[in-house]
Amino acid sequence: MIQPHGGKLINKKIKNKKIDLKNLQKFEINTNTAEDILNIANGVFSPLQGFLCKNDLENVLKEKRLENDIPWTIPILLDFDKNQIKNIKEGDTILLTNNETGVKSLLELEEIYSYDKKKLAQSIFGTDDPKHPGVANIYNMKEKLLAGEITLIDSKPREFDKYNLTPKETRFLFKEKGWKEIVAFQTRNPPHIGHEYVQKTALTFVDGIFINPIIGKKKTGDFTDEVILASYETLIKHYYLKQRAVLSILRTSMKYAGPREAIHHAIMRKNFGCTHFIVGRDHAGVGNYYGPYDAHEIFSEFPDLGIVPVFFRSFYRCIKCGGVVNEKICPHDQQYHINFSGKKIRELLVNGQIPPEDMMRKEVSETILRFKKPFVE
Amino acid sequence: MLKEEEKKYTTISIPTPLAEKIKKRIKGTGFTSLSSYVTYVLREIISGEKEDSEEAFTKEDEKKVRERLRALGYLE
Repeated sequence: MIQPHGGKLINKKIKNKKIDLKNLQKFEINTNTAEDILNIANGVFSPLQGFLCKNDLENVLKEKRLENDIPWTIPILLDFDKNQIKNIKEGDTILLTNNETGVKSLLELEEIYSYDKKKLAQSIFGTDDPKHPGVANIYNMKEKLLAGEITLIDSKPREFDKYNLTPKETRFLFKEKGWKEIVAFQTRNPPHIGHEYVQKTALTFVDGIFINPIIGKKKTGDFTDEVILASYETLIKHYYLKQRAVLSILRTSMKYAGPREAIHHAIMRKNFGCTHFIVGRDHAGVGNYYGPYDAHEIFSEFPDLGIVPVFFRSFYRCIKCGGVVNEKICPHDQQYHINFSGKKIRELLVNGQIPPEDMMRKEVSETILRFKKPFVE
Repeated sequence: MLKEEEKKYTTISIPTPLAEKIKKRIKGTGFTSLSSYVTYVLREIISGEKEDSEEAFTKEDEKKVRERLRALGYLE
């Protein structure tokens, strides 16, 4: 089994639940931060044991590595308003809580520090344009950052928990299945034929595929989480060998950081036990902020990443070839090519129409249309 | 500032002929210096070595995980 990132799968769940919380100062955090805590506690963010300190943050921004030289590209940060934290100091232990997730976590406060939002945005996103959604999130952050190790005390059951496997569980599952090489596929949408082509092409060379949709905060017009999961269940049921595919969700927010986020996505899947990671065109991109293959090129900076990227460029249906192809295998002119347009598929589905079967499997379309409200309103 | 930078990097000695060969090899590549090339190669080698990893499962753990995966339909 592939080593977790940094060599050890982190477990920051409390062992002794009999802990006196009465005297701790309590702070309510937002759901994204609570999900970061869950991901640290369950090892999804291994080797992180908490929120980044200043030295680690600066190293991540400058070198794309933690201070100990381990590759890390997206800083995991905890921000607070300075007035909120005026009664706490470095060395204190505080309690972080979140109502939606039921997260209760200790934070051993190692450091309180200031940061430069513009520099943070520029380094992570390659732009300080406030129209970029990731940059806008940074500009909305509070002015102080808190660093330190967390210990998860509690969290509550949530929707889709039956699809929510931890790295410990996926690693066990892959071992039980006898899989040695596993390719991970990251998604935010129901599958069309192009996705299936990419997944099956990669699967041909390994033992199993780990389909790992990101679940969480969505934009208006996006497919709902229920639709994404149901459509994948349908696709796997009808078109995959059950013993070769695992569907499990990942609760984390999209940052839209393009190349840096592609590395982050690969690291998380390595922690789940995957040996390969599919990187498509404009992975984790938004608008025109990144080149279509920037997220491929960045992998050459990390000879020590420990997970193999599987790059896919453009793929389309070729009328002459009579199938789904890519630019390496199809000699025909563009006039014979039909692109898989997510936008077109969405338009048809919005009007209650079944997309053509050479774009989306009929069973998948029917599954989506069974939902009264397949899109986020 | 300089002191902080010094802490992040250290000097190593390699034979001069080897350094010359590397300099020739990296001409026209993405490597901007001898140091960046040597760092890249060493990171690649180090990443191939297995580090000590704590045993993640006790027998009880294993039982719990197997039961949950069965209950969810991931294992038969």
